[in-house]
Amino acid sequence: MRNPQLNAKGELRHLLTIEGLPREILVHILDTAKSFLGVTEREVKKVPLLRGKSVFNLFFEPSTRTRTTFEIAAKRLSADVVNLAIATSSQTKGETLLDTVDNLSAMHADMFVVRHAASGAPFLIASHVKPHVHVVNAGDGRHAHPTQGLLDAYTIRHYKKDFGRLAVAIVGDILHSRVARSLIHALTTLGAPDVRVIGPQTLLPTGVERLGVSVHHDMAAGLRDVDVVVMLRLQNERMRGPLLPSAGEFFKAYGLTPEKLALAKPDAIVMHPGPMNRGVEIDSTVADGAQAVILPQVTFGIAVRMAVMSILAGASS
Amino acid sequence: MKIHIKGGRLVDPRHGIDAQRDLFIAAGKVVGVGAPPEGFHANRVLDAAGLVVAPGLVDLSARLREPGFEHKATLESEMRAAVAGGVTTLAVPPDTDPPLDEPGLVEMLKHRAKSLNLAHVHPLGALTARLEGERLAEMAELADAGCVAFSQADAPLPNAEVLWRALQYAATMGYAVWLQPQEPSLARSGVAHDGEVATRLGLAGVPPFAETIALATILALVRVTGTRVHLCRLSTAEGVAMVRQAKREGLPVTADVAAHHVHLSDVDIGWFDAHFRLVPPLRSARDRDALRAGLADGTIDAVCSDHAPVDEDAKLLPFAEAEPGASGLELVLALTLKWAAEAKVPLASALARVTSAPAAVLGIDAGHLGIGHGADVCVFDPAAHFRVTPDALRSQGKNTPFLGYELAGVVRYTLVSGHLVHEAPAA
Repeated sequence: MRNPQLNAKGELRHLLTIEGLPREILVHILDTAKSFLGVTEREVKKVPLLRGKSVFNLFFEPSTRTRTTFEIAAKRLSADVVNLAIATSSQTKGETLLDTVDNLSAMHADMFVVRHAASGAPFLIASHVKPHVHVVNAGDGRHAHPTQGLLDAYTIRHYKKDFGRLAVAIVGDILHSRVARSLIHALTTLGAPDVRVIGPQTLLPTGVERLGVSVHHDMAAGLRDVDVVVMLRLQNERMRGPLLPSAGEFFKAYGLTPEKLALAKPDAIVMHPGPMNRGVEIDSTVADGAQAVILPQVTFGIAVRMAVMSILAGASS
Repeated sequence: MKIHIKGGRLVDPRHGIDAQRDLFIAAGKVVGVGAPPEGFHANRVLDAAGLVVAPGLVDLSARLREPGFEHKATLESEMRAAVAGGVTTLAVPPDTDPPLDEPGLVEMLKHRAKSLNLAHVHPLGALTARLEGERLAEMAELADAGCVAFSQADAPLPNAEVLWRALQYAATMGYAVWLQPQEPSLARSGVAHDGEVATRLGLAGVPPFAETIALATILALVRVTGTRVHLCRLSTAEGVAMVRQAKREGLPVTADVAAHHVHLSDVDIGWFDAHFRLVPPLRSARDRDALRAGLADGTIDAVCSDHAPVDEDAKLLPFAEAEPGASGLELVLALTLKWAAEAKVPLASALARVTSAPAAVLGIDAGHLGIGHGADVCVFDPAAHFRVTPDALRSQGKNTPFLGYELAGVVRYTLVSGHLVHEAPAA
């Protein structure tokens, strides 16, 4: 089955998922991001790579953070940016997803940055748009959040240099997490030998070990000697009901405290895709502590999104 | 009209015939097999040299979408599709709008079907009023109106007491009950088999035990009520094993599988292809192999099309939001032949799964070519191939997971009660 993200020359045409992308493409994105990091620190924070192009941020699910970072990234590439929060407009009037995309295509969109609550929605859009239009998945259901996976990989590379010897623990609600899935694919593709997921059985998807990770239910055992700890956000609606009895009980077993972090390597870094629930998955002491790299993640995220958009725009149609 | 079907290979599983025999038809009935009755003069001779002459297919689940869903399909479009696929008898699930829970609706459906004069239509009555799973439907009234059995279709039946009472009541009246085993609390939110593929794609899963838990409940109630139960659309290896055991125990159960489950697994979903959104979901390759084994050893009695035409727009949605279902009437013969060829099952045994066996499940006189019985016939070329394309499908539902497939088995002639209702001679 051909990877729907690549064109006939094997170039990246859309970024929909990290799964199935060759290592070289991931490395190229990370290297390009590194070159953009300089831009974001300059006085004039703009390069003309997307001048004259229109980027449509198409958010069918509310988001402030991700949408903002995409917007900043596109503007720094000199693109025109249009933000659309669709949940409240045409979809409620019965217009279908593809109708919306057709309408916006008629406004000469060059790139769609899509967030949608249904897994696979960006694939449907990518299969529908004209050949010169690019689609970036900004999070689809539980499936993928590839730019987040890439910015996480960038952060890890920045602090740890080489993936070849790393132990990485991803903790919490893996079941509902597109961030976890994308990071797992990024890490296994980039050669991290020891990727662990830690959580109660109720928050781990069936057969997750087949993605190339080891499964831990005991946080202490799972964190032992890891180089990187990635904490996932626990959605409010999961904190009680059939999956978990309470936020408090979850924090006891799987919240990251200084004591638990002490089991990881002394120089381990702590990451979180945000927004954090302090006291639910992460203790404030850790979140604000010396090992946390949560804010640099955000900065790197802009460079990574600039890299992705500029690479897509450069692919031949 | 007297018809002589000449020079074909006659395969009639029920009568154990697989030989070159001519078939003679008059006044809607089979009047001669091998030799014509005295004084027979055909009005028309159909050349069946190189073709297989089989009983018309009996399909255990064809949604014709009337009443209520005419934008998806109509009785006429779907019955034309049926006879083009060699299907001459259809069992129709009650999940129309309104559901088939009133005698008037059943009579109207039968009347409409009869006036089209294509395939025979056998409605299944709703087991519960409006299929809501709470009050029993008026089964005796519905049976008088022509319902052959009672079914909850895909609608949930969350209350074991209602199921128990429904089975008791049906047993009292001597009716069969058709149930699709799926525990609603486990199946409700899922859209794909709960396994590696759903995990990768981030799709909510339906665990295999959604089927086995429901099966265990049904079988326990069959044991106490003695009701004749037909189990629709098995999908799991464990489910097949349970039905095998139940049959060994002597319980009055039969089972079917959808043709797509015989060939496909969850891996075929690829990157969210909504054509593969089905209920029950496509399961693992291991499950599919167990279904094939169950079909071969008779644990599963019949293959059905599970025909559910869906309008185009309802499939042009993200996988989980797309409407489940596939068009199947025109593919069920070819897909059964494909299974037979791959599993090295003799043609007569394979055809039994779509003719005599489903007729026995329905308890009707169909699916065979006995002298003096209705002449429902399917004449097909087992060697000719066709490509599955939206244009080639007569059904209004152009959605099938088999689009692009090249399949063997082209129907040349279909006869219903001795009338030639479909004709597609070789070019």
